Amino acid sequence: MKNKKVRLNGHTILLLITIALFAVLYAGGCIAYGAKGFTHLQTFCNILITNAGLICVACGMTCVMLTAGIDISVGALIAMDCMLLAVGMEKGIGAVPMILIVLLIGVVFGAFQGYLVGYLGIQPFIVTMAGMFFCRGMTAVICTDQVSITEAINPTFYKWANAKVIIPFGGYVNNKGKYMAPYVRPGVVVALLVLILIFIMLRYTKFGRSLYAVGGSAQSATMMGLNTKMIRMKAHILSSVLCSIGGICYCLNTMAGSVTQALGLEMDAISSAVIGGTLLTGGVGNVFGTFFGVLINGTISSIVKTNGKLASSWPNILTAALLFIFIVIQSVFAAIRERSRNK
Amino acid sequence: MEDNVVLTARGISMTFPGVKALQDVDFTLRKGEIHALMGENGAGKSTLIKCLTGINDFEAGEIHIDGIQGPVKNHSTRDAQNVGISTVYQEVNLCPNLSVAENLFIGREPMTKIHTIDRKSYNKRSQVIMDELGISVDVTQNLENYSLAIQQMVAIARAVDMDCKVLILDEPTSSLDDEEVEKLFVLMRRLRDKGVGIIFVTHFLEQVYAVCDRITVLRDGRFVGEYPIEELPRVKLVAAMMGKDLDDLAEIKKEGAEDAVNNPLEISAKGLSHTGTIKPFNLDIHKGEVVGIAGLLGSGRSELARAIYGADKANTGTLMVDGKEAKINQPIDAMNLGMGMLPDDRKAEGIIADLSVRENIILALQARKGMFKPLTRAKQEELADQYISLLQIKTASKETLVKQLSGGNQQKVILARWLATNPDFLILDEPTRGIDIGTKSEIQKLIIKLAGEGKSILFISSEISEMLRTCSRMAIMRDGQKVGELDRELTQENVMKAIAGGDSSDEK
Amino acid sequence: MKNNKSWNKIKNWPLLLPVVALILVMAVNIIYDAVNGNNPLSFFMITLQQTTSNGTILYGRIIDILNRGSEAAILAIGMTLVVSSSAGTDISVGSVMSLCASFCCMLLAGYGVSSTTTLAKPLIVGILGGLLMGVVCGMFNGTLVAYFKIQPMVATLILFSAARAIGLLLCNDLIVYVRNPSYAFFGSFVGPLPTPLIITAICVAVMSILLKKTALGMYIQSVGINDKASRIAGLNSKRIIFLTYVICGLFAGIAGIVNSSRITSADSNNIGLYLEMDAILAVALGGNSLGGGKFNLAGSIIGAYTIQAITTTLYALGVSAAQAPVFKAIIVILIVSIQSEPVRNFFKKQSAAKQAKGVA
Repeated sequence: MKNKKVRLNGHTILLLITIALFAVLYAGGCIAYGAKGFTHLQTFCNILITNAGLICVACGMTCVMLTAGIDISVGALIAMDCMLLAVGMEKGIGAVPMILIVLLIGVVFGAFQGYLVGYLGIQPFIVTMAGMFFCRGMTAVICTDQVSITEAINPTFYKWANAKVIIPFGGYVNNKGKYMAPYVRPGVVVALLVLILIFIMLRYTKFGRSLYAVGGSAQSATMMGLNTKMIRMKAHILSSVLCSIGGICYCLNTMAGSVTQALGLEMDAISSAVIGGTLLTGGVGNVFGTFFGVLINGTISSIVKTNGKLASSWPNILTAALLFIFIVIQSVFAAIRERSRNK
Repeated sequence: MEDNVVLTARGISMTFPGVKALQDVDFTLRKGEIHALMGENGAGKSTLIKCLTGINDFEAGEIHIDGIQGPVKNHSTRDAQNVGISTVYQEVNLCPNLSVAENLFIGREPMTKIHTIDRKSYNKRSQVIMDELGISVDVTQNLENYSLAIQQMVAIARAVDMDCKVLILDEPTSSLDDEEVEKLFVLMRRLRDKGVGIIFVTHFLEQVYAVCDRITVLRDGRFVGEYPIEELPRVKLVAAMMGKDLDDLAEIKKEGAEDAVNNPLEISAKGLSHTGTIKPFNLDIHKGEVVGIAGLLGSGRSELARAIYGADKANTGTLMVDGKEAKINQPIDAMNLGMGMLPDDRKAEGIIADLSVRENIILALQARKGMFKPLTRAKQEELADQYISLLQIKTASKETLVKQLSGGNQQKVILARWLATNPDFLILDEPTRGIDIGTKSEIQKLIIKLAGEGKSILFISSEISEMLRTCSRMAIMRDGQKVGELDRELTQENVMKAIAGGDSSDEK
Repeated sequence: MKNNKSWNKIKNWPLLLPVVALILVMAVNIIYDAVNGNNPLSFFMITLQQTTSNGTILYGRIIDILNRGSEAAILAIGMTLVVSSSAGTDISVGSVMSLCASFCCMLLAGYGVSSTTTLAKPLIVGILGGLLMGVVCGMFNGTLVAYFKIQPMVATLILFSAARAIGLLLCNDLIVYVRNPSYAFFGSFVGPLPTPLIITAICVAVMSILLKKTALGMYIQSVGINDKASRIAGLNSKRIIFLTYVICGLFAGIAGIVNSSRITSADSNNIGLYLEMDAILAVALGGNSLGGGKFNLAGSIIGAYTIQAITTTLYALGVSAAQAPVFKAIIVILIVSIQSEPVRNFFKKQSAAKQAKGVA
């Protein structure tokens, strides 16, 4: 019974550390850069706006990681999606059909990766790494130049990208005496909707729970009559579809397609999930934690940007360092649990 | 069919490539009884269970189940569950990261109107199920927060709730402590009283007599007999399981073996233990002595050897090797002190399947010499040739991959690996398992010969006769503990009595 | 019957896969040249050519492939060992290459200098610094994999993303040019032969000797096949896995310096980009299972050059450098699918059915 409490808190502690880390980082940013406007609610909104795509991607990543898998093709898939959107709209196809095409590609691409992982039993890392190179290359096949989406090309998409969703509180008066109401972009609304839906799915649907079961013990899940192969495949489909949604959000921010877009985004998604308490070994984690993981990554970038003097590679290094720290903590926790179980 | 019979198996036969795993085996299970299925390793217990649960396809024979017309043949565990046969294994087959209730209901969750899982309803139902079975848990807690015993009980509850008539418990108690076992027994009795037929497989004799009503014994894939518990005292059970194995091997002389007691000590263990597997024990082995470890599988006989060798690092106690205190953290430390160990699980811990016979033979010697002092190719081949002919290893060439050899020859390759290191002290854990009778006697002769050269040997075997022929002393193991030693009047009967324990008083 | 036997021998030849792939690539080249009205054998032509910078050098497509494929071949050596011992791949090698090159150039040019013709420190300091950085990265990866038991690809993911960024930091976000002939040497020519080719040859030779003259090769394979049994037989499994990552890091360092010397600069964003893919592909194409265990170094080397041949051929066919990964990804998926259990079982069943038919 004494053991019970300690173990119970293992994952909760990780989540608490994460939330506390976010709070400390954000408070630190406010203290250090308060003069530069870091304290305004808009700063937080900007973090959400910049990372709307990442939130969707990280939700998908969390689902795959729950099954003890991983998906590193996401960054490249986003690049391909953006390129497709840009080139497609340039060719005169409407915004809505293009979005449907991108989503469909997400389904097909995810199904293919999922089949290789689930049914052929190939390591998810190898499969999705090949997927990553495939998408990156494919982006270049579609077009090697940077393609921008301007108002002239597609007014609808342009309108979405520049739409503001005003938040009715937390505004401030700027130095010209004008009231600045905080706002977010439509992408943020989509991302938050995805977040809530995935949260509900993971908690209240058969499929959601089966993801946890497969990650907890694939053998047991099979013994209990679950179709683990199919579940793995579906997880990859989900990841690729969410990634495509994320890609659309991302494109609304950048309004362009280019080969080097979203380079290393898979890293941000994975580290967000891990920092948010998702175990690499599968079976533990939820998108609530992942959301905070994204916020931490966003805050770091935001601080570096606000500072203005730090090298642009710092966010990358810090994210990797955080990932390292959390991976090691997970490994140590796992070792402790193993030991206590043997006793 | 008798009235209260729930399951009958008649004339079940099954072969694996080259081995007759089951021959004409009968088994009968009645309603409301706990029926022990006993037998040593390779007796066919698990094969029979796999036939019942649809994992193995048996070749001949019929299985009948109460309430179902005609013979039943299962093709998967799902089929088995559908006809009312549920199985709980030693390894808990549940998901530790899900709640107790989820583990009970996963795959068949009750749904709400909007197609989400009805958590409230299944939490409530789970609590009712657990309360009925007398298991006090909070079903909303994750499974991993509970002890293994509770986890086992949850697995049983899941099986029972899926409406089973036959519950198979395959070594469920192996990793439980006494108190937990007792809890499990309470549950088993309660289910029995509800009319469930329970098949109980275990290595612990105590437990058989504590909870079972009836025993079926298998040996070498054959049906030996079915006995009510009161008609089969322990010694008789052990005899039935091991058989009067009077193989007509040439009598091997143990010349000088008796004098070995006067030689200096090679190994002296005091209070050595490994948490969870073997309780503290003392053991002395003289130079030139062959000491046997007698005990049933799971009695701690392998674990004792592993603690000495450092395969499982000992938590407590001291070990003297050749009169000097030794610190052994891992196997290489033991090897540098002149030890060698042939492990019992050949596949998992013995052979390196994808390497050649030559490489497998020289591996340990090379490891002891260190990476930067490689044996020359010529030396390697010489060693390989030497041991292939000495142990008569049947292989196409010394470059053949070891996985292509038969089990017996693989075993000889591992034996050769250790002989090549010229050890002072050699642990042989079931060296003769799955080996034909001719090779068995060769290995036994080799053991005597090695002892004659002044080497000490710790010999573990399921066949008592084999140890009687080679050992001058035996340590008796029972339930993870060394319970005594025998050095006089080493006879089959005495050893069996000692292993069985209970009413026997031959232990020292 | 006799036919059957020799067929079996060919079928079991460990270098079958890479050699067949190489022949296929050559065939594509011959056909392409023939169709375009060139000399069909122009792929194999090697000529001597006068250059102003390097004197008389060998020239030809094969030489080009051997030259350009050097980095992948060097990486493939280390990658082969890592795959064998830990059943996982080191995906950080490309980034580590970049970091080592940046560190080396930073030492040679001095911090914050973007272009130099004179060396700030002796050449050897820069080179050793770069190699040491590779070893340190290898130790980092090795510690995580061997001692913290983290899946190799997740552990190496950290440096995959961070190493390039650290390199940028060391170079103060600049592309550092070291325009000094002594540094350019590693990427140019020795007499008529390209230096990278010679460096690769030395690396392969040293590794082969190391594998032959020590028991390292057997240790690595043994641990990769069955680490429990290896431990009982007296091997220190963890240390061996650790060692393979260190070796892999060292070779990444060498490859990084060669690549940087070629362009006499440290371009953090581009050195070694996508090269981890080539290295992994080389190992798989070399007939090695990505599931660990037995390895064949020669196969990996041939595999690396085969991939370079594929890349060169793709360029010749008008595919750009950015597009090439598509084809490589498809090849990887094909190879690992063929190696996967269900597909192999399927073929086994097919051939068994065929045999059964033949008997009947």
